[in-house]
Amino acid sequence: MSTVTATAAPTKLWGGGKSPFNVEYGKLMMWYFLMSDAFTFGAFLISYGTIRFSSNGWPNPNEIFKSFPFAPEGVHAPLVFVSVMTFILIISSVTMVLAVHAGKQMDKNAVVKNLILTIIGGIAFLSCQAWEWNHLHSEGAWWGANPFLNADGTQSSTNFTNYFFTITGFHGFHVFSGVVINIIMLIMTLLDKFEKRGHYLMIEKAGLYWHFVDLVWVFVFTCFYLI
Amino acid sequence: MSHTAEASHHDDGSAVKEIWKVTLILSVLTIIELILGFWMMGINSEALRLAIKGSIVILMIAKAFYIVGYFMHLKHELKNLIMTIVVPLALFIWFITAFLYEGNSYKNLRNRYDPYKKAQTEIKVHKSEEVK
Repeated sequence: MSTVTATAAPTKLWGGGKSPFNVEYGKLMMWYFLMSDAFTFGAFLISYGTIRFSSNGWPNPNEIFKSFPFAPEGVHAPLVFVSVMTFILIISSVTMVLAVHAGKQMDKNAVVKNLILTIIGGIAFLSCQAWEWNHLHSEGAWWGANPFLNADGTQSSTNFTNYFFTITGFHGFHVFSGVVINIIMLIMTLLDKFEKRGHYLMIEKAGLYWHFVDLVWVFVFTCFYLI
Repeated sequence: MSHTAEASHHDDGSAVKEIWKVTLILSVLTIIELILGFWMMGINSEALRLAIKGSIVILMIAKAFYIVGYFMHLKHELKNLIMTIVVPLALFIWFITAFLYEGNSYKNLRNRYDPYKKAQTEIKVHKSEEVK
């Protein structure tokens, strides 16, 4: 069968009787949902870029995102906390791949272990974000309020904080839904739902969503904290 | 279905090895990004800063490629499926170019034809009156 598909696949794939993309319906639709979600995030980030390009001044992120939990007051540690958040999300993405891989092997214990690690990573990321939002709020930053100055010392508009809180908030909401989805996956695995079905395809779909959340963070992290 | 199960049994060890390889690549790329970020803090030359920002964006796209290609497994899907996802995303090239150009153009036009607004954005704020 495999030799047949290898040679005559291009025309026979759409001949009916089989999935032309060789993926399950739900997984394909997850891909298209993520594509549309990518456009939503893209629209947010491009709008941020447009406003930033049309402004004469913009705050220097290293002067704003410079604190760390439990650090003494007035500490200057730019990029450090956000690096921690970035690595938390990358590692939780890795444990999710391992969970998906274990699912393909029908290895229930490994799925449970890696899903729990992924959920812990997600909760850790959300906690970091909650701390950072709380800290910025205590400095007077919120939607419609920007206590920071531009890099050149001129008055900054509220565009900076509005975009920051909207986009990281939208991303954080995605992380939150990802954690909820992963918890549901964990419960379903523990109840042997997937063992009875004979496959762990559901974990793959949850995995796609979780990786997308990590992917978006790559862009948000670069656009807000690095450049 | 049976085909995919067969394939995953076949390259079990190499699949896990690939996951760790990609993890390493992503970590290294992130660390390079951070080094560039730290380096940029001490640089005042606007041209050099722009060049560093450009390199960071290239690294960001490389990271996105590895996440989508390997973690999300898109590289191992059928080519037709890849195309239905990647081709629409190509719209972003126009999207980003057009909107950033537009933003920049708006800034230049406003600075030229609205000198009052330009002067307003050039007033330095003293640290003491920062609290509002």
